[in-house]
Amino acid sequence: MITSFAFLLASVLFIIGIKLLASPKTARRGNLIAGAGMVLALLAVLPQLHDSHGEGVSLLKWLLIFAGILLGLVVGAAGAYKVKMTAMPQMVALFNGAGGGAAALVAAIEFAHPTKTSSLVFVISMLCAAMIGAVSLSGSIIAFFKLEGHFDKPVTYPAQQLLNGLLFVISVLLALTMAAGSHSMVLMCLFIVIALALGVLMVMPIGGADMPVVISLLNSFTGLAVAADGFAINNVAMIIAGTLVGSSGTLLTLAMCKAMNRPVTNVLFSAFGKVDATASAAGAATGSVKSVQADEAALLLGMAGRVVIVPGYGLAVAQAQHQVRQLADELAKKGVEVSFAIHPVAGRMPGHMNVLLAEADVPYDQLIEMETINPEMDRVDVCLIIGANDVVNPAAHEDKSSPIYGMPIIEAEKAGTVIVMKRSMGKGFAGIENALFLRDNCRMLFGDAKASLQELVTLVKAG
Amino acid sequence: MTVEMLIFVIFVLSIFLGFELISKVPSMLHTPLMSGTNAIHGIILLGGMLALAEADGFMQYTAGFVAVVLGSANVFGGFMVTDRMLQMFKRKK
Repeated sequence: MITSFAFLLASVLFIIGIKLLASPKTARRGNLIAGAGMVLALLAVLPQLHDSHGEGVSLLKWLLIFAGILLGLVVGAAGAYKVKMTAMPQMVALFNGAGGGAAALVAAIEFAHPTKTSSLVFVISMLCAAMIGAVSLSGSIIAFFKLEGHFDKPVTYPAQQLLNGLLFVISVLLALTMAAGSHSMVLMCLFIVIALALGVLMVMPIGGADMPVVISLLNSFTGLAVAADGFAINNVAMIIAGTLVGSSGTLLTLAMCKAMNRPVTNVLFSAFGKVDATASAAGAATGSVKSVQADEAALLLGMAGRVVIVPGYGLAVAQAQHQVRQLADELAKKGVEVSFAIHPVAGRMPGHMNVLLAEADVPYDQLIEMETINPEMDRVDVCLIIGANDVVNPAAHEDKSSPIYGMPIIEAEKAGTVIVMKRSMGKGFAGIENALFLRDNCRMLFGDAKASLQELVTLVKAG
Repeated sequence: MTVEMLIFVIFVLSIFLGFELISKVPSMLHTPLMSGTNAIHGIILLGGMLALAEADGFMQYTAGFVAVVLGSANVFGGFMVTDRMLQMFKRKK
């Protein structure tokens, strides 16, 4: 009875936690409240533990349980505190894969206890948990490697959909056999192996740029697998927590796709960039690249009334968040109005850039979202683009053949002068040319973002 | 209403609750929210503990232990990494 109430209270804490997570002022408190709910649920389950004969748990098992929790705690904490903020998406992918793997294993162990398999609901829940959990595990691992830059180009081969479909049909047939009463662990293992293969095959054809959407989707998958496990072992807290993650994760996935102006089916089932590059090259704008030196750039910035900084992933890679904040501070001292324009998918995940700038103590009310800044862009004197490319590419508005056509962009080209800080004329993550760099009002400041920013700070200070 | 039906009702209502909870989230919070909900499905650690307690034989012991380790990494790592992200969100001093 007390245990049930504890689970109910834990569920309520999860709900409040997610609610508070949705607003910047209360987000941290929300996370802590959800964490408190988790600790409560973990304590509440202890008296419920019993062995397969319904008797007390042996000392060896207690030791294994606590050793396992401790080991996971150490590994998880090391990952959580060591990871660089730029590598955050990879870390979330790994934690998500761990959850998915655990869900599949729990399902397999529960399936091995024949007394419970009498109920059809039980077997179906186990099978769902095993399948979805395994897909989430292998899919997350592939997503991790893609974000790390391994095989990040979409992998396509003939009859891809056919193979995936075939594997899916086989796994459904296996599931039906097991649901009909064939209680074989060999079938169960085969079922999990096929699900793992499906996870790999599902993510391999998707480009690295779309991994955040994939991780978000797999996150909601793991939630559903956990809920299915909860059905099978009759644990209400697991059902509620898992389902909440499943449904809110789905909504989050759709919100991310919306920010990139692409339907979710397009992300999952068509390799990005298939639109051939020759088509967009034909429509390439004419003009020449005009480079600028740091002293001239500093002069332009210092004389401006209003400056908008558009940071991209290149800024994060150069670890130049602190330098950009210094530059903003120095300009502000000179009476220049400085703000940061954040594209919804700047960085590697929606909101990733906000986290990176927050790390450098940029106050979040100085960060302006794309929809707010675009109408004001023609009143901006200087737009400073640092390591961003695709999110300011006017081809998204003008070139119908471009793979990013239709994606909302920050309309940097409307500003009086555009200064682009870039390592080279290389392409962005989407692998396409950027006509903005050839515009008349655009100046390129080549070099490492960190060094160039440092130079600008000194020059602005001196000037 | 059977217990199974009752649980199913909870499941369906939770789906709608999940949609409602995050229907209006600014995009700046998408990453922390993904990471925070990621930590919440770490409740699978409970399932791992229950499964390990019930395990019979070497294979099940091993599987149960691995499930507990993975679940624990998911839940603790998830909450810690989310907190690390969120502590950086500050207003102008």
